[in-house]
Amino acid sequence: MSWETVIGIEVHVELSTESKVFCGCKTRFGARPNTQVCPVCLGMPGVLPVLNRKAVEYCMKAALALNCEVSGRTKFDRKNYFYPDLPKAYQISQYDMPIGKNGWMDVEVDGKAKRIGIRRVHLEEETGKLVHAGDDITSAESSMIDFNRCGIPLIEIVSEADMRSADEARAYLVKLRSILLAIGVSDCKMEEGSMRCEANVSIRPEGSTEFGALTEMKNIASFKAVYKAIEFESKRQAKVLESGGRVRRETRHWDDLKSETVFMRSKEQAHDYRYFPEPDLVPLEIDRAWTDRVKDTIPELPDQRKARYVADYGLGQRESSLISDDMDLSTYFEKGIEAGAEAKALANWMTGELAAALNASGTEISSSKAGPAEMAELLGMVAKNEISGKTAKEVFAEVFAKGGSPRKMVEAMGLGQISGEEELRKAAVAVIDANPGPSADYIAGKENAIMFLVGQLMKATKGRANPKMANQLLKQELDGRKKNL
Amino acid sequence: MELYEFGVGQLAEAFEKGIASPSEALSSVLERIAGLEGEVRAFLLTDEEGARKAAAKADGLWLAARKGGTKPSALTGMPFVLKDNICTKGTRTSCGSRMLENFVPPYDATVAVKLAGSVLLGKSNMDEFAMGSSTENSAFGPTKNPWDTRAVPGGSSGGSAACVSAGFAPFALGSDTGGSIRQPASLCGVVGLKPTYGRVSRYGLVAFGSSLDQIGPFARSVEDAAMVFEAIAGHDPKDSTSSPRPVPDVRKACSKGVKGMRIGLPKEYFANGLDPEVRDLVMKAVLRLKDEGAEIVEVSLPSSMYGLAAYYLAATAEASSNLARFDGIRYGLRDLGAKDVVSAMKRTRSQGFGDEVKRRIMLGTYVLSAGYYEAYYNKALKVRRVLKDEFDEAFAKCDAIAGPTTPEVAFRFGERTEHPLSMYMSDIYTITANLIGIPAISVPCGLSKGLPVGLQLAARAFDEETLFAAAAEVERGSGFAGRIGGGAR
Ligand SMILES: [Zn+2]
Repeated sequence: MSWETVIGIEVHVELSTESKVFCGCKTRFGARPNTQVCPVCLGMPGVLPVLNRKAVEYCMKAALALNCEVSGRTKFDRKNYFYPDLPKAYQISQYDMPIGKNGWMDVEVDGKAKRIGIRRVHLEEETGKLVHAGDDITSAESSMIDFNRCGIPLIEIVSEADMRSADEARAYLVKLRSILLAIGVSDCKMEEGSMRCEANVSIRPEGSTEFGALTEMKNIASFKAVYKAIEFESKRQAKVLESGGRVRRETRHWDDLKSETVFMRSKEQAHDYRYFPEPDLVPLEIDRAWTDRVKDTIPELPDQRKARYVADYGLGQRESSLISDDMDLSTYFEKGIEAGAEAKALANWMTGELAAALNASGTEISSSKAGPAEMAELLGMVAKNEISGKTAKEVFAEVFAKGGSPRKMVEAMGLGQISGEEELRKAAVAVIDANPGPSADYIAGKENAIMFLVGQLMKATKGRANPKMANQLLKQELDGRKKNL
Repeated sequence: MELYEFGVGQLAEAFEKGIASPSEALSSVLERIAGLEGEVRAFLLTDEEGARKAAAKADGLWLAARKGGTKPSALTGMPFVLKDNICTKGTRTSCGSRMLENFVPPYDATVAVKLAGSVLLGKSNMDEFAMGSSTENSAFGPTKNPWDTRAVPGGSSGGSAACVSAGFAPFALGSDTGGSIRQPASLCGVVGLKPTYGRVSRYGLVAFGSSLDQIGPFARSVEDAAMVFEAIAGHDPKDSTSSPRPVPDVRKACSKGVKGMRIGLPKEYFANGLDPEVRDLVMKAVLRLKDEGAEIVEVSLPSSMYGLAAYYLAATAEASSNLARFDGIRYGLRDLGAKDVVSAMKRTRSQGFGDEVKRRIMLGTYVLSAGYYEAYYNKALKVRRVLKDEFDEAFAKCDAIAGPTTPEVAFRFGERTEHPLSMYMSDIYTITANLIGIPAISVPCGLSKGLPVGLQLAARAFDEETLFAAAAEVERGSGFAGRIGGGAR
């Protein structure tokens, strides 16, 4: 039987506001443990939260950029559960009146456009961080708590279950990150935990309209892991169903080392969060004027960027999407243009040679040694016929591996294309002299024989000859000899 | 007349004129406390040294004022007491619980900051986490009623009420979630005010029912209470639910009289369960208001009977969440015998909380749990809205609502501890003001069987002016102002 995978994604993003969401503490990452805390974020008895309006605006901005309705009246709720990193034993969150709802985002996978619904975008507070002297909280000899992170504003973005493949899920996340970075509400660093995601996966027979039981996957720390986790999980579920079993609604833990999901807890073991309206905060009214003001601060978003790439640089739809949907690629592309690269050639390299090299080495484009300036220099030499395309690829590989200036590398390796006519003519004469047979054939009227001679000339110059010029010079020399006969 | 018998206004005048100094007033109350505290047990902590320092500082300020310097605020140098659920920086705040027996807050409640120039004598006893109506739920033993030490002082702010009644302090602060200021004020024969929700900052008040809690004053006269109210009220940026409205001049309102004021009597408040003597004393006071020019109108609050149920759903739900933070991880009691974090939390909470607190946490947890929220918590919210509508309707016909504060005078120790519901009943007249956020005050209006009876007045939200005008008139009629607990001498 053929199965269809159904995916919904929840993303948590820490907002990059100066201060925390309900107190004045700083939000800097990496500070000494428990140095950015106060009675409010430590949940001491009797203290009260005061809402940071900047955090509300960042959440509104994200919601608006995701085409959400930003509601007029909203409120906060308490999500109650016990855990040592949650000092009040409840998290102030939003239950039934999120700041944003009913939005959407378009992604493109294999040249096909797809609209993914955004169910809600809401604001809540971050928890503290546990550091275990051991593997986990149950087996550790002792655990320590760092509350610096506690109270940093967090937004949760919940998609509809609209994705049907791991590729779509990845495209969604890449573009979501790109949008959030563009509007500047978060640094979206998965490795520092400022962006985290959970995927809900279920499968159903191809053509079915019913949904299967879903599993919720936690601990996914990279986009690559999301892809792998979804692939693994949909196959696991298919195996369960094909062997006559039943998929249970449960939460599973992604083990990145083993590349598999493992059972964490069943639906029955799930927390009852006992949500109720937060009595310490008054309901929040978001009026039209405020929404409009926030809307005005939203800069160019990926979709607009794509349109600009097509219109201004003549890029194709596919390349434009590929680059504009990814913030890092867009940044690279625009820096490259700024450094003088020709747009189409740059886009070609970025989606071809560069993409392949990044993929093969597992490098992020933002840390590529062949940066936009290097790439612009390389492409400039190709455009001016200083090096051949083939040489460019060799130089690129070197620069990608070791870094440095492509021009200097060309000079050092003596790879510059021979464009000086005299130098190349000498070499052409030598080739003709060394190959009397083919030369005679050409003179006798077999025009195709020139191809062999061009090849020989390229070989003799180690590819540094401009093929067009080589062809021209060889013909001139032979035609001259023909006349002299 | 001894200085400990002086009220807030009288002491302020004495300080200003140099008739007495804050240190002299302090000595007088400390002597009074030394003589009677062994019997009354109103304090959980006294800070004589801190008080003497504060008084000496205030002496200087009043002295400087008399020499032509700036006049300090009226409450400067005034001895007072805080209920032990109001956080005081560097001074233990226990909430009457083993859970916080050693908890010293690193911050002050906003009201404590506002009263920084006054002289804090100590922290008063209370029902654990403000849950109770007799102080019998204090983990550190009950407080006695200064009028009769066999009787309870009421609760949960029983210690503060007893302090003011016994002459330990001219004023004290308490907190009122369902009557916790007004009921003990009534039982101890003092004035107790629950301000409009949002009038006084809750910052630093250890929360019980966040949407119901308000801090308010106890004093031996209405005008004294007015002075304290003015000192602690006003918007606080640290409390989002505090109101930016300007605080009215309620001291002036005390001499306004009730001519033309319409006083509403809810017929439901004078029905079953009300002690006939209490009823008669309240009615007599109401008739005196009529003699002074007030118009008495009958109003109806038919849904009042659902108030108690709605209260116990809303308050326990919020409490279950508010008290969840006491898990032994960061401060307060911690059970050291546990092997893992879950059992450490469970054991800490089992040992740290008393029965009534546990009962309410369980009740509140149940009320909020999946599948019951609609039936309980949401229904309680609906009742609150209905009650508000009924009060709005009543306030269209009258300016203030009068009735008894409690159905009976102070009961004896142990009388109601076996039956939590009978204890809950003593709040039947007070809880609606909390449910809809309006201000209410209890004023003594006489004695029944030798024990004080309180009359409760309620007014529209933020109309404390009307409340004080009417309360002062009741006080003039009863002649109770300034009286010190009868049994304590
Ligand atoms: Zn803080």
